Amino acid sequence: MQQLQLNILSNTPLQVGIYHLRLASADLRFLDLVEHIRAGQFVNVAIRGKYLRRPISISDVDSESLSLVYKVVGEGTALLSQMSEGDKLDVLMPLGNGFTLARSGSRPVLIGGGVGVPPLLLLARQLLQQGIKADIVLGFNTRHDIILYNDFLSLGCPTLISTVDGSYGQKGLVTDVLKAQGANSVNTFFYACGPKPMLRALKEQMTIEGEISLEERMGCGFGVCMGCTCQTLQGSKRICREGPVFKASDVIF
Amino acid sequence: MMDKRLQILFSGLTLQNPVIPASGTYGYGLEFAELYDINCLGALSIKGTTVEPRHGNLTPRIAECEAGLLNSVGLQNPGVEEVKKTILPQLRQVYHQPIIANISGFSIDDYVYLTEAMSEEEQVEIIEVNISCPNVHNGGMSFGVDPLSAATITKAVKAVATKPVFVKLSPNVTDIVAIAKACEEAGADGLCLINTLLGMRIDIARRSAVLNNRYGGMSGPQIFPLALRMVNQVANATSLPIIGCGGVSSAKDVIEMMMAGAHAVEIGSANLIDPFVCKKIIEELPELMDRLKIENLTDIIGIIK
Repeated sequence: MQQLQLNILSNTPLQVGIYHLRLASADLRFLDLVEHIRAGQFVNVAIRGKYLRRPISISDVDSESLSLVYKVVGEGTALLSQMSEGDKLDVLMPLGNGFTLARSGSRPVLIGGGVGVPPLLLLARQLLQQGIKADIVLGFNTRHDIILYNDFLSLGCPTLISTVDGSYGQKGLVTDVLKAQGANSVNTFFYACGPKPMLRALKEQMTIEGEISLEERMGCGFGVCMGCTCQTLQGSKRICREGPVFKASDVIF
Repeated sequence: MMDKRLQILFSGLTLQNPVIPASGTYGYGLEFAELYDINCLGALSIKGTTVEPRHGNLTPRIAECEAGLLNSVGLQNPGVEEVKKTILPQLRQVYHQPIIANISGFSIDDYVYLTEAMSEEEQVEIIEVNISCPNVHNGGMSFGVDPLSAATITKAVKAVATKPVFVKLSPNVTDIVAIAKACEEAGADGLCLINTLLGMRIDIARRSAVLNNRYGGMSGPQIFPLALRMVNQVANATSLPIIGCGGVSSAKDVIEMMMAGAHAVEIGSANLIDPFVCKKIIEELPELMDRLKIENLTDIIGIIK
């Protein structure tokens, strides 16, 4: 983990209340770190006027920048959304353990719900770099919440969308899409990030193995305050340190 | 490397400086040792340890405030056996300064057992008896809100301790001086104050408490003036050395806390938002002392009566 001062390259809305933030730095430590980011890792961003940092998952990296996609859910993210090109951000990075690419098998499925979708974009890209094309299943409340759809399509990944209100794609939840697609028989492994009820439902429905990324209110983000614990078959684990990605079968909801 | 001007002496100990990460905000030091050489610390107060392993409370355990946070972790820790067997040996590899063993119990027997267990550890130089955890029912704080039970615990622990015993006091009392005096009369070697203040936040959209535990311990810069006042009151009323704690976030705060009467200072919440803060404070102290014409830090302890 490093503490870095990063420059905002852009901070633009993808949808109402959902922003894409691109960060960069000439600091060699940053350039070295972005090369080794693993999908599923996150950063912890200091926001002026707020005491605690805000943990945000990494949605993409290239050789010189880092992308975060976040939803405005409170005062902290609202302040973040008002920052613009040229502003600096104090960031702790990279944090947590990412998804295990080696477990994917030949045809994994990536399952995202709402603002849980962003880290799956980097995962899809990193899997492609290993020659593995993943199926993508994304769920949103309405068509106004859909994010990163085109990014997945431009990677060439077959991407299915569901919306709770049926305003786009299949009406219903990602679990409905997965059932219809026969994911348990066609896919080799699943990777998921999204709200807790979705992850819980997946754990029940999926018979293939998988990994899920958990979310929790955090104090520090690097494993010292014990604020974000979850229960697993191996005992209490820190979501920020041993996670946020866990074997689905290990997590006790 | 070592600056004699920062050196502090109390209870037969010599600390190279007064800066100590507070229990619960620094784990067992291992995560920080990956970031910087933690041997710069004056001492290190390890995560509150109980007899049995504890999972702690349900999440959410963290709620933000204007200038700090609430936590309701609930003493999650792997238990004293595991701490002694696997964690302290790891810490020894990277850290050679004094360890303060913060212990928490649910009965007098627990505290006695933990004191004996931690006294055996060579690197442990102080037993910090936490009778002030606000997040655990029927334990922790219940001993720290009554002078009689605080004295009872202190006496029991002192009877078996082979290391100095510092009692960590709760601010959630009407008269902290009465508790401090009771601990002094019962034989405490020193006091650590303050622990967190019991607080609450509500998510108004969801109409529910933010913390699953409803209430939690409030910390951070928002409690610094209150902590400072309590340290000052206790320093004026007892002759025990005090480790001042509560919202300390800068070298300036350290000086202020020492002027109020603290021999050493614990840094808590600040570690969570700036993992390098202890190191920075230690590095900034000499320059600030120059500016304030402070020759040695010991000169300012308790100068404000």
